[in-house]
Amino acid sequence: MSRDEDLMARLLSPTGDPATAHEPVATGALLRELGVPGVPAVPGVPTDRDASAPLQPGRLELRGIRRSFDAGHGQRLVALDGLDLAVDGGEIVSIIGPNGSGKSTLLRVAAGLLRPEAGEVRLDGHPVTGPERGIGLVFQEPRLLPWRTVADNVGYPLELVGASNTERRERVAELVELVGLEAAADVVPSRLSGGMRQRAALARGLALSPEVLLLDEPFSALDALTRERFNAELLRLWARMRTTILFVTHSIHEAIFVGDRVVVLSQRPGHVIGDLAVPFGRPRRPEVMDEPAAGALAGRIRGLLEGGGA
Amino acid sequence: MTAAIARGRGWGAIGPILLALVGFFAVWKLVVVLGGYPVFILPPPETVLARFVTGWTNGILLRHTVATLVEIALGFAIGASTAILVGYLLARSRLAERVLSPYIVAAQATPILALAPVLVLWFGPGLGARVVICALIVFFPIAVATMVGIRAVDDRLLELARSLRATRRQVLTTLEIPAALPSIFGGLRVGVTLAVVGAIVAEWAGADQGLGVLVNLARGSLFDIPLLFATLLTIALIGVALYVAVLLVEHRLVGIR
Repeated sequence: MSRDEDLMARLLSPTGDPATAHEPVATGALLRELGVPGVPAVPGVPTDRDASAPLQPGRLELRGIRRSFDAGHGQRLVALDGLDLAVDGGEIVSIIGPNGSGKSTLLRVAAGLLRPEAGEVRLDGHPVTGPERGIGLVFQEPRLLPWRTVADNVGYPLELVGASNTERRERVAELVELVGLEAAADVVPSRLSGGMRQRAALARGLALSPEVLLLDEPFSALDALTRERFNAELLRLWARMRTTILFVTHSIHEAIFVGDRVVVLSQRPGHVIGDLAVPFGRPRRPEVMDEPAAGALAGRIRGLLEGGGA
Repeated sequence: MTAAIARGRGWGAIGPILLALVGFFAVWKLVVVLGGYPVFILPPPETVLARFVTGWTNGILLRHTVATLVEIALGFAIGASTAILVGYLLARSRLAERVLSPYIVAAQATPILALAPVLVLWFGPGLGARVVICALIVFFPIAVATMVGIRAVDDRLLELARSLRATRRQVLTTLEIPAALPSIFGGLRVGVTLAVVGAIVAEWAGADQGLGVLVNLARGSLFDIPLLFATLLTIALIGVALYVAVLLVEHRLVGIR
């Protein structure tokens, strides 16, 4: 029996080898390397979609999510209720919804920053119970540390996980180049334009090579032209990283251009009221938005937003 | 003016400062001459400066200055470090704030002049009491500044740190301290000048050395009014020098943002 066959046999056996069974993450990674279809990503954790389990890591699942907030005067505001969403590894899903549909709450739950009151979040089969390295989050505002240079901001996540100085320097150089900020690496954020700051934030979000990148209206503070260019750049970045992307936006145009699918949320309490495939392949040029299919899709999304909204 | 010194702008910035200094002495001289005041009320500046020089060369000012500086250094170090710790605690713990703040405010509201004799009674007439008095007067502004600075740390940055799984210690060292540093230094600037006040007050309440003692001696048994003014000048210079020192450290640590 070869090493691989031996490993597979052990994993597939219902009793399993205790030594392997107690290392779910390492095993999951091995399984993906082996490309075993139809095997749960983590042994011992039941999944309902084993047969179609993707080979690429970064599958994010949200099931039956409910989350509410204290609205004062003893009232609870239910932001999300009964929200189901599954995003395949390497897929880009746009989330769109009216104001107050809980889009930001959804991202925070997915990032492990907020605990859902009901339901669960799974990343490649394992439950997400708090922030983790495999999930990167880019906020609506850049949130750079004002006393640090761009390079030190980009390297901040690496510093927190205790990466060595050389490791950090190399990775930062790579990331800064990736987002085109080489010239501004040693500058503090206050001297940068809004667009450059958001680039730095994006680079920081990618620093730990997350399998899933959560983007909370990341370009909404930029002007329309810059925004269009950033969306195209985001897709160019994705083509190199192939990370799973959850892209929250309130622009129908942006949602279609960026996503493989557009998921429409209802008015509060938010849940999924539409899940529409975008009929364009990749790489995608901005001109696809002029095609009739784009207009038709935008019309359907608008209809859902208006029907589902108040 | 101190900001200009800290930034090291050269003569363009130092020139006006020197001019103002000369102006100050000129007005002083003018008041003495026009008012016709005797030396024991207001000695002319040249007399005071001459006494200042002899005071330093014969060692009397040096000896008392060293005593006062020791009290200031110890009192400020102890007061400032406890103030920063307590300020952080007040900012991050509602319970600590509720329980501690009444006492802190009450201690601050009680004049240090009234408190000093009690502290000398408790800690004896030695260095201990003077350091405690100095630490006490320094404590309040620094504790409040730290509390305000830590409370003002952007929640969104704290959320960012949380999303990156920063430990409590990492949040403190990489986020809270750097973010609160300008505010803490605001407190340290006020504190360091109060440290001088604290040391002098403490010396009045009981000491055999120090500039506060020398003020009393010069006015009382020595009846050397130029020495009294030379001592006041020394105290003022210590205050300015310490303030500038804090400012220089601040510029070094906080830098440009």
